[in-house]
Amino acid sequence: MDFNDTPEEAAFRAKARAWLDANAKRKTDDKQAYRARVDDPELLKRAKEWQDKKAAAGYARITWPVEYGGMGGTQIQQVIYSQEEANYLVPLGFFDIGLGMCIPTMMAYASKEHLTRYVKPALHGDEVWCQLFSEPVAGSDVAGIRTRAERDGDDWVINGQKVWTSGAHYCDYGIVITRTNPDVPKHQGLTMFFLSMKSPGVEVRPIRQISGAANFNEVFFTNVRVPDSQRLGKVGDGWKVALTTLMNERLAVGTPSGGLDVDELLDLARETELEDGPAIRNAHVRSKIADWYVQTQGLKYTKYRTLTSLSKGQTPGPESSIGKIVAAPKMQDLGAFAMELMGTGGVMTGDVPGAGGFQAQWIGGAGFRIAGGTDEILRNIVAERVLGLPQDVRVDKDVPFSALGKAK
Amino acid sequence: MNFDFSDDQKMLKDQVRKFLTDKCPMKVVRRVLDGPETHAAEVWKGLAELGAMGTAIPEAYGGSGLGALELCVIAEELGRSCAPVPFASSVYLATEALMRWGSDAQKKTWLPRLADGSAIGTLAAGEGPKPASPRTVRAALSGGKLSGEKLPVPDGEAADFAVVLVNTGGAGERALSLALVELAGAGVKRERVATVDPARKHARLAFDGAKAEPLGAEGDGWRMLNELYDAAAVLIAFEQIGGAEAAMWMARDYALQRYAFGRQIGSYQAIKHKLADMYVKVELARSNAYYGAMMLNDRGADLPVAAAATRVSAIDAYDFAAKENIQTHGGMGFTWEADTQFHYRRSRLLALGIGGPMAWKEKLVSRLEQKNAA
Repeated sequence: MDFNDTPEEAAFRAKARAWLDANAKRKTDDKQAYRARVDDPELLKRAKEWQDKKAAAGYARITWPVEYGGMGGTQIQQVIYSQEEANYLVPLGFFDIGLGMCIPTMMAYASKEHLTRYVKPALHGDEVWCQLFSEPVAGSDVAGIRTRAERDGDDWVINGQKVWTSGAHYCDYGIVITRTNPDVPKHQGLTMFFLSMKSPGVEVRPIRQISGAANFNEVFFTNVRVPDSQRLGKVGDGWKVALTTLMNERLAVGTPSGGLDVDELLDLARETELEDGPAIRNAHVRSKIADWYVQTQGLKYTKYRTLTSLSKGQTPGPESSIGKIVAAPKMQDLGAFAMELMGTGGVMTGDVPGAGGFQAQWIGGAGFRIAGGTDEILRNIVAERVLGLPQDVRVDKDVPFSALGKAK
Repeated sequence: MNFDFSDDQKMLKDQVRKFLTDKCPMKVVRRVLDGPETHAAEVWKGLAELGAMGTAIPEAYGGSGLGALELCVIAEELGRSCAPVPFASSVYLATEALMRWGSDAQKKTWLPRLADGSAIGTLAAGEGPKPASPRTVRAALSGGKLSGEKLPVPDGEAADFAVVLVNTGGAGERALSLALVELAGAGVKRERVATVDPARKHARLAFDGAKAEPLGAEGDGWRMLNELYDAAAVLIAFEQIGGAEAAMWMARDYALQRYAFGRQIGSYQAIKHKLADMYVKVELARSNAYYGAMMLNDRGADLPVAAAATRVSAIDAYDFAAKENIQTHGGMGFTWEADTQFHYRRSRLLALGIGGPMAWKEKLVSRLEQKNAA
């Protein structure tokens, strides 16, 4: 057992580091972050520039085949590169959904011409992609979507509404799941397309989240025409196509989690005087710190175990769901506890010294427990796919979508 | 990155697992739990033939000279099967104490016999239902004679010798030392004490002028005990993880078999989520324990923090899995007939043996403070 790279991994790491040194600015300490507001228009421009540089060197998608602009490398190389990149001040985060989920789905289902046209611009950051799946009544139950696509000559006409679409306000293209046949059970009547977000009839409205920021959007489709050539997979096969996209979501391992954690809580407890003395001397506080420390370390070493299997060429399975099951409630609870230590002052956010961070964790944790699969869905995944328990009862399984009640 | 056991270590694990599945099924645990034996002698003998007790003992003393990682994989399997044998007492505690602080003569006398399983050792630290501390140790060693009593001593009836935490005079921690005493000699009385897990017998040892010799430096007993506990915390954690995983699969198998309201109970989300939570706790504990194992094996500077985190995590996983296993079994799980009781009993025994979660959380945070201050 050791945490060291194999000689091949070490060589790759050195190569990646040398390239990063030549092209980016190294952080002077761990906590330093690329400071910019998400809604700063300059930020997207700088992110695109960085993406272009990376793509030119092959680092934008290391595991992709060389013909698509990748390096033909391994998952562990991708992780090593991400670990190294995290030490540099570079703008990230705009291309994960497109390159992690949309383009891999395109690669599985789009025509050669389309791939020639779209993959390279996406890889270089010239065009940004989003994923249009969730709807107001279809969150965890993605197959319950209502957005319709109806055939009209060589085109399809899309009407309906999507929600929680990350980045739709700056995206150029998207993959969209629609219902093309409401008279069969819900999983059978779906069809997937890709479309330009600039198509007439597409309207994007940002959603202001509980944190006040607006990273997500509602997207409305009013008679949006999409040529049949932009269909991904067969008519009625949309669920199968969507699963390709969702499977790729799970490969997103190795990214640094960041945020305030036990170290910062320890600091806060040291600096805080309670009625019975310093908070750090309070047994209740110490017990909480111990519990969260054990969780934080447990997750860190779980990640190392995953990296080990990647390093051996294995693919991580549904086991990796445990990360979010533990980390998201911890963010929420640890944030709330830190605010409690601050007493009445814990209500303050903004520019008060020492405030802000834990409050942001507490607010953000609420969303993190839902995004990318709720706690409840992830527990189902563990129970069903790891422990082999029966699937939840699905009363809508054999019922045509059109016959399902409104309340569904 | 290679944060996993080696193929050889995994082979050893499989070998021990196969042996225990064959020779130590739950009916053996039940026999010891319910009967007069101190332990399952035939399982002990079989483990000796596999070389399990000598795993970490140097070859010069009859062991196989492997390391802590090999002991960890064995521990996991012993925990999985709830093996009713004095392995923890003899190997993680007594053997470890001798290897760390034994004189040449002490090592020559005991290690070869510990390695082949012909001798059993134990550690006697407590004196009744209170945590041992420099203020509570009354047993005293003076002029080579030991007096006082120790309880509960794990495997105290079966053991040939005990490493005893004694008072040798002085104040505070410096008042304590370790002593080695043969239990078959004059001046030693032993009797069984009832515990929550009778599959692992405990005894009261009464000493009245028993012959004893110091182990390690006088006045260093408290430090040595804590060092010993750090090593044992990691090894016991693997027993806890093996046990927790076994309890989890037991619950899962029952949830597939048992029908209620016309469905397998395992199809109800209330049961599924309970089992998923067991899995999450087991995996967190496993990850922490891997790091603990690495630190123990490498004698890493981070062992004190890692051992405490490992122990807190493993106690949590086994406690949860064992109690929710009974809950999943419903009324059936609360019967003498069901096997669920073995893990419930064992989980508490292992949670308390070298100090409970409250004490170890405190150790963890004070060690974190020291580490951050350094």
